[in-house]
Amino acid sequence: MTLTIGEVAPDFSLLDTQGRKWSVASYDGAPATVLVFTCNHCPYALAWQDRIAEVANDYAARGVRVLAVNSNDADRYPRDSPDAMKERVSREEWKIPYLHDATQEVAREYGAKVTPDVFVLDAEGRLRYRGAPDADYDNPGERAEWLREALDAVLSGSIVARPETKPVGCSIKWK
Amino acid sequence: MRGLDVELLWWEGCPSTDRALAAVREALTDVGLGDVSVQMREIRTDGDALESGFVGSPTILIDGADLVPAADDEPAGLSCRVYRRRDGRISPIPDPDDLREALRRAAERAEVN
Repeated sequence: MTLTIGEVAPDFSLLDTQGRKWSVASYDGAPATVLVFTCNHCPYALAWQDRIAEVANDYAARGVRVLAVNSNDADRYPRDSPDAMKERVSREEWKIPYLHDATQEVAREYGAKVTPDVFVLDAEGRLRYRGAPDADYDNPGERAEWLREALDAVLSGSIVARPETKPVGCSIKWK
Repeated sequence: MRGLDVELLWWEGCPSTDRALAAVREALTDVGLGDVSVQMREIRTDGDALESGFVGSPTILIDGADLVPAADDEPAGLSCRVYRRRDGRISPIPDPDDLREALRRAAERAEVN
């Protein structure tokens, strides 16, 4: 199953590393929500992480919520275990909630394929952007520009000019 | 002087293979070894990974030695490998300078032998 642009994103209920529960309802009122499927050991996810954190920081005052979701099979990839996620959040002083999708249902419902895979939802929970943060994992100067463009469009009530790009990264590790 | 054996181990779950191969070929050319071919070996299963000591894709072996030796506790398995560039950035492929340096060292060893 793959979520398509304009569709209302499916609800979910996931815990973050602090044990807080997050769901679609929990971001009611946010003008935009960014879901980033990511993980602890993929070089693409790691290379883009700072840029995504900067987006979260830069758009927080405008009410944008950024959530990171780890859907990898933690049995085969212990570096993606809840303990490893918690340790990373602490070590890197994450401000973004880091959610564990233990059953992988959320990744499947959204159609996430790789890490990172970015989904931008508007205030109604409709998908407005899906893809990579920007054009080049290797160039920090890109500043997650595709994600920023999408957020700017959603926040201004205009059409996202580039609603889909090809996500680039490591395949999600399915059970 | 005998030739160098350059092997690129890859797994289809990582999109870095083409870029890694291009980087290896470019580095070979840069150090005057443009005629050395790069052997490609696909790692398909966890069993393949364990057997080969494969800690992630891409892994580049020069005369059988890992270009960037993995840490002892690095688990073998099907994953994408994390490299660190000389400027500290994380990357799915090795730093070009590390590639060139490793190839030069291997070429010097081959000359001695």
